[in-house]
Amino acid sequence: MDFLSAHSPELLPGNRKLPEGIVEAPHGTTIVAATFPGGVVLAGDRRATMGNMIAQRDIEKVFPADEYSAVGIAGTAGLAVEMVKLFQLELEHFEKVEGATLSLEGKANRLSTMIRSNLGMAMQGLAVVPLFAGWDEAKEKGRIFSYDVTGGRSEEHGYAATGSGSIFARGSMKKLYREDLTEEQATTLVVQALYDAADDDSATGGPDLARRIFPIVTVITDEGFRRLSEAESSELARKVTDRRLEQPDGPRAALL
Amino acid sequence: MSTPFYVSPQQAMADRAEYARKGIARGRSLVVLQYADGIVFVGENPSRALHKFSEIYDRIGFAAAGKYNEYENLRIGGVRYADLRGYTYDRDDVTARGLANVYAQTLGTIFSSAGEKPYEVELVVAEVGTTAAGDQIYRLPHDGSIVDEHGSVAVGGNAEQISSYLDQRHRDGMTLPEALKLAVQALSSQANGSDREIPAERLEVAVLDRTRSQQRKFKRIRGRQLARLLEPVPSADAQADAVSNDEVPEDDAE
Repeated sequence: MDFLSAHSPELLPGNRKLPEGIVEAPHGTTIVAATFPGGVVLAGDRRATMGNMIAQRDIEKVFPADEYSAVGIAGTAGLAVEMVKLFQLELEHFEKVEGATLSLEGKANRLSTMIRSNLGMAMQGLAVVPLFAGWDEAKEKGRIFSYDVTGGRSEEHGYAATGSGSIFARGSMKKLYREDLTEEQATTLVVQALYDAADDDSATGGPDLARRIFPIVTVITDEGFRRLSEAESSELARKVTDRRLEQPDGPRAALL
Repeated sequence: MSTPFYVSPQQAMADRAEYARKGIARGRSLVVLQYADGIVFVGENPSRALHKFSEIYDRIGFAAAGKYNEYENLRIGGVRYADLRGYTYDRDDVTARGLANVYAQTLGTIFSSAGEKPYEVELVVAEVGTTAAGDQIYRLPHDGSIVDEHGSVAVGGNAEQISSYLDQRHRDGMTLPEALKLAVQALSSQANGSDREIPAERLEVAVLDRTRSQQRKFKRIRGRQLARLLEPVPSADAQADAVSNDEVPEDDAE
């Protein structure tokens, strides 16, 4: 990072010349995360929108940051993808030069600074709001960090969501989340939440059975980052959609 | 004012080369060998903190003999070069050849500039290919030249003797335990013919393993895994067994 700013400062996201007025660019929509004993899951839908148009149906918005953490991005897709690329590079660079990995807190703080450096662009409608999740090797648990446009960082307990469909996803998880979920239940939970987000938010894409486009679901445990294979995530999405054919609003929580 | 002594350029260069060679020879030797699934780095290193081998990029590893602070400088420079390249262009655009050229330039400039003392280091830059034919090993002596090596290479104190030992015994397609044992034998053989034992705790071993599923192929081998690989194979039958079964070490999460 220091080296880059000394030698090629124009490559850093914060140093670009600001465009005039509001710029239309593809936006990523909903990212959700939930912890379970033994790890954390991070998932995202596949839609990118530009105004009221669908810009891309199969965008990928969840990336491994390093072996024990992942980042999911909502907001301007182009800037976000590049921010993640730089974030991945920084973590790897630190690891190689120092011979040790950063702590999870350290990684979360670093991401916070990067979002803050994008504040100028965010004011013109090009915001990037990621969700960061990882396995804390010192505390031996999965943790989630959410951010706002100014880089403000807050740790979320249990579950979290970001992006346009986050209100609906959060509501869904609020009723379905329990602290003793298994890994499989946690992955089902996030797919349910994404389904609910897609149900009520036009900018969030639901599972697309016809085109075989399913949410990206990733799991981080003490064994590291793992992205569910195409077969696994399609199976998961299929199970959820099949149940929804009988009960369109999804599982019901107890009234009292 | 006294007249400075005239020193011929040939003499000045020879002196500098002599100085660098002596510095390198004081350090312990290390070897880099090709084996069936990649490239293995083996060296004697009593320190756990100061590494002789390290990862530069996905497929590229670095080994150095000589003065620690000098090669550490070069190593960090190499990591920066590789990361900047990979970020600006693509991960595939970072090659050992490019890196070796940068190192050669740096070493050459330092070696021939009158103001600085020459670096007392000898480097090896290795890149593992998708097949054994794609493997590249470059040796970079202190003066900034590049030597393209095949099969095996040794640098450091007894480099000449060790590389002739390896040249006679190394063959293509060795398994990892075979290559590792050969490397340890080569390192423990001494000029006077007597062999000394190097215990596993004093060995630093790393591999660039092309069969590793991650993008980053570099991996250190230590502790139990190293001891397992160094175990002597008792008989010919067991050897045949070992070749078929447990040649590929499992990726222990360290």
